[in-house]
Order: sequence, then structure tokens, then C-alpha cells
Amino acid sequence: MPFIPHTEQEISQMLQTIGADSIEDLFDEIPAHLRAAVLEAVPVGMTEMEISRLMHQRAEKNTKALCFLGAGAYQHHIPAAVWEITTRGEYYSAYTPYQAEASQGTLQLTYEYQSMMTALTAMDVSNASMYDGASSLAEAVLMAVRGNRKSKSRKILIPTTVNPVYRQTAHTIVKGQQIDLVEVPYDAATGTVTLELIKQQAEADITAIVIQQPNFFGCLEAVDEITDWAHENNILVIAVINPLAAALLTPPGEWGQDEASKGADIACGDGQPLGAPMSAGGPYYGLLCCKQALVRQMPGRIVGRTVDLDGKEGFVLTLQAREQHIRRSKATSNICTNQGLVVTASTIHMAIMGAEGLENTAAACHASNNSLVEKLSTIKGVKKAFSSVHFHETVLQLDAPAAQVLTALMQKGILGGFDLSLDYPELGNAILVCTTEMRSEEDIAAYATAMQEVLAQPANNIASLQESA
Amino acid sequence: MSEVPSELKYTKSHEWLRLEDDGLVTVGISDHAQELLGDLVFVELPEAGTDFVTGDECCVVESVKAASDVYMPISGEIVEVNEELADEPEIINSSPYDSGWLFKVRPSAEELDDLMDADAYQAEIAE
Repeated sequence: MPFIPHTEQEISQMLQTIGADSIEDLFDEIPAHLRAAVLEAVPVGMTEMEISRLMHQRAEKNTKALCFLGAGAYQHHIPAAVWEITTRGEYYSAYTPYQAEASQGTLQLTYEYQSMMTALTAMDVSNASMYDGASSLAEAVLMAVRGNRKSKSRKILIPTTVNPVYRQTAHTIVKGQQIDLVEVPYDAATGTVTLELIKQQAEADITAIVIQQPNFFGCLEAVDEITDWAHENNILVIAVINPLAAALLTPPGEWGQDEASKGADIACGDGQPLGAPMSAGGPYYGLLCCKQALVRQMPGRIVGRTVDLDGKEGFVLTLQAREQHIRRSKATSNICTNQGLVVTASTIHMAIMGAEGLENTAAACHASNNSLVEKLSTIKGVKKAFSSVHFHETVLQLDAPAAQVLTALMQKGILGGFDLSLDYPELGNAILVCTTEMRSEEDIAAYATAMQEVLAQPANNIASLQESA
Repeated sequence: MSEVPSELKYTKSHEWLRLEDDGLVTVGISDHAQELLGDLVFVELPEAGTDFVTGDECCVVESVKAASDVYMPISGEIVEVNEELADEPEIINSSPYDSGWLFKVRPSAEELDDLMDADAYQAEIAE
């Protein structure tokens, strides 16, 4: 459907029909002190030609550095067919259809996305996606508070091994709702949270616990032990996952040894690794899955498959009584949309890769990380921080300032990793290094050589390398 | 014209109550309410053993087009819920006063006299 703005004539006809003098008049219910004035910080518009020139200049600043940076967004190979198909006119819409049943193609694709997600995560239900991983965690927390009817405390245990950006976002979204996010520290040797540390923060009544797998440090948490303990204590388990890692690791629906209570209650995370380019931070999408018992607490769109009056199969939006247009202020969320375009690409990506392809890719990511860490650990001044098994990211501690090392590596064409010192000052000069299936043995050798050269410089020379750039 | 049995008590929010011989009170939603809601597809019942105060949202009835809160008409403890509704919520549509009951309460106080009788409720829904 094309976008056709209203003409001046149409606007004045409409105003006349409803009896308003101006568009401004339609907003007069909003108190004056709440209304936005002219947005002075927004610059005057540019012409298409001027913008195009500016963007070309900016694009030239993009570096072609070898990427060893992860920390929540990952460089993976996306088969060319994925975006070739996604950008076809029939699919190329960023939005959820409101006259849903007229968009059977879109609904079918979303239904297939949901089916793939439940297979990947081994969970019962998936929704049609949220905006991103961070907000999907916030929604999962809100779901757990609503869904855990036996718990009154509204306290959520959240290890500091959960992505700091996700924790901040969850805090922003839930802070007005009397929900307490209680931080749990990690074990300095393993880089993971332990049951002892969890128990130290737990009180008699805890509503839910969040576990990220693999965690922000790339380490694998003891998900079975923690899930069983949580369920024994009437605590819901929220899993934050990397959906690519889920193809190789135990999926959240299978966490725990106790057969009766097996499985995380809610699984969330960011779908970026499956078909979305890193793209300067977005758009990505949030995945959200849950056990059947919690489905009515799930926010967002859910597509269902049914039959019409003639018995023919068709797709619909279902369980809509959760949503705003029916539940209004009691809806499960203010969010009533999904990341249509990115989910389309991700679904095609998953279909092309298949379960085996995803598992092989995940295995390759893990293998190349082992290789990188092995080579870097032999360099004087580099130490692997934690003893745990890691997926495709590892924390390395350096004997030179992390920021300066990363800058120096950048000058050698290596995007060396994520500086952890701001979020985790206790780790000292630490970086988080990531490898994906795209990092070859040559790439890894190049990194090792570069790191060796950088660290061989006396500390004050690394700084001067920066200045001479 | 919806049914309003004369022996029951009612609330403005369309709950009905029946005082049983054993002192328990059975609660449901009225014929008028089920008509307005349409075909019921799901009922979220309270947990037996929970205490509520008059006016608390204790239950949700969901139809194809709406989800409606059910409010505790009196204070007390939920002693029993209608398990049949888990598989067949539509019983509420066909039999709102009988097999479509929602839950039974052990009242904590004598509040039944504050509620509307059949005539008052009839007048209420006629407006």
C-alpha cells in the first residue's frame, strides 16, 4: 500500500467535517506544560542531494577491520539468498499488518518463524518477536511477575554476568512498577554465577531468576543446577540466550534434571545472529518464548493456524485478548507490534541454514574461539581470565591498558574486542574477544601477531602509538 | 430478556451469589454478563486457599472479543473452583447460574445483605 500524504484541501475538508478549526485544536486536551515546543536541537532539513553526499562521506570512514568484537552483536555469514528474498516487494514491510487476516502470506511466514523458534529453543510457544533482546528481557521480567502468582515479592535475581546493556534496559522499563532487580555477583575464578552466590542474595520469596547462556563473558553457566534449585523454590526461570548457540548447547526448554519441572519458564534474547547484519547496532529483534502455562501472559503478536468455515487452512492473530486493542490498560504490554522485516530475514536464514547448518556454524564459532585463545594465551602479557568452558567469546586480561591496546590493534586493522573496564572495573585491563565462523586461521594468526607487536611495546609507547595516529 | 433468578444476590459488576446450606457462598457471572461477553474461550480462576477482600480482582473471563475481570463480591477464602471450566468455558454461556459457577467462598463476614436482590439488579441492567 503506497504512502499518500493528505493535501491541504483534504485536511481542511476533514477539519470542517469534524468541526475543528485547526489540527492544533485536536491536541487541546493535553495540558500546556506537557506539550513539546519546536524541537530546537533538530537541525533544518537537507536536500536529498546534500544528504546523499554527506552519507557517502561518512561511509568512507567505515573501516574494514577484522572483527573480533562481539558483546551482544555478532558478525556471521548471511547467505546472499536471505536478503535477496527479504527485499522482494511482497515481504519488504517493516510492520505488523493490522487487517491481519488479509495478509495470509505475512501471517504464514510469522507462524513459521514461531515454529522454528520453538524448535530451536525447545519451548512450547513463541511470539512474533519483540523490538530487541534487551527489551525482550524486560518483558520477560514483567511476564514472570504477572505469571508467578504464588510469589508476592516482585524480586528478580539477575546475575552481573547478564549483558550490562540488557540489565540497564530492564531497569529502565520496570523501575516504575515496584519490581526489584537484585544483582548476584559472579565467581572470580569461573566467571559464572554459582548456587552459593545465588543463595546469598535469595530471600524466602523470589519471583524469578535470570540466567544468560552463554553469559556476557562467553562462559557457560550451570543452567541445570540453577533451574532445578529455582523450581524447587517456586522461582520462575528466565533464560537469556544466543539463538545460534542454542543450536549447539542444551536449549532452554531442556534445562534442569527434574523431569516434572524441566525447562526454563521463559526464554528471551536477541535474534541478530540469525540473518541480521550488525548494521551499527540495529535493527535486530527480540525473541520471546514460554511454557504453555504462561502463554496468556506473553506480550506481542502471536500467530495461530486454524480452519475457516469451509474447512480450509488459514492463519490468524490469536489470543488477542492479551493485547491493547482488547485489554486496554490491562494488556500484557504497551507493545503491539514486532520486527517484521528482520524476522522475515531471520526465518529465511534459518530455513536455508537448517538445524544442521546452524549447529555446524555454532561449532565452528566455538572451535575458532578455542584456537584464538590458545594462540593469544602464549603471548606475554595476555591471560585468560576464567576457567569455565566458553562458547565463542572469552575474557582476556592484559598487562597494558585495555583501551590503548584496542586502539593500537585498530591501527593494525584489527577490531580486537570489547573493553570491559567500564562495566567490570574489578577485572582490570580486560577485553572480551569473539570469534565467529568467519574468522579463519589466517585471521587468528594475524590477530596474534598484532597483539604480540602491540604488547611488545613498553606501556608508554602504546600511548604514543595512539597519538601518532 | 436475560434471566435474573429471584433467590440470588447480585453486584453492579454482574456477579451473582448463592448462599449454600453449608455456609459457603457460590459465585458466578449473570446471564446478562455472559450475553454481553459472547462465546467464552478461557477462564482464569483464582487458586483455592487464597484470601480476598470485597472488590478484589480475583478472576478473569475471556471471550473472543473481550477479557473481563471478575470482582470478589464479598470478603473471604476461596475454597473450591469449578475445574470443568478449564476444558469447557462455554458452560458459562449455556448455564451461567448452575453448572457455570466460578468459585465457592467461605465468607469472612456477613456482607450478603449489602448486595442487590433480583429486582434491584433487574432495574440496574434495564437502564
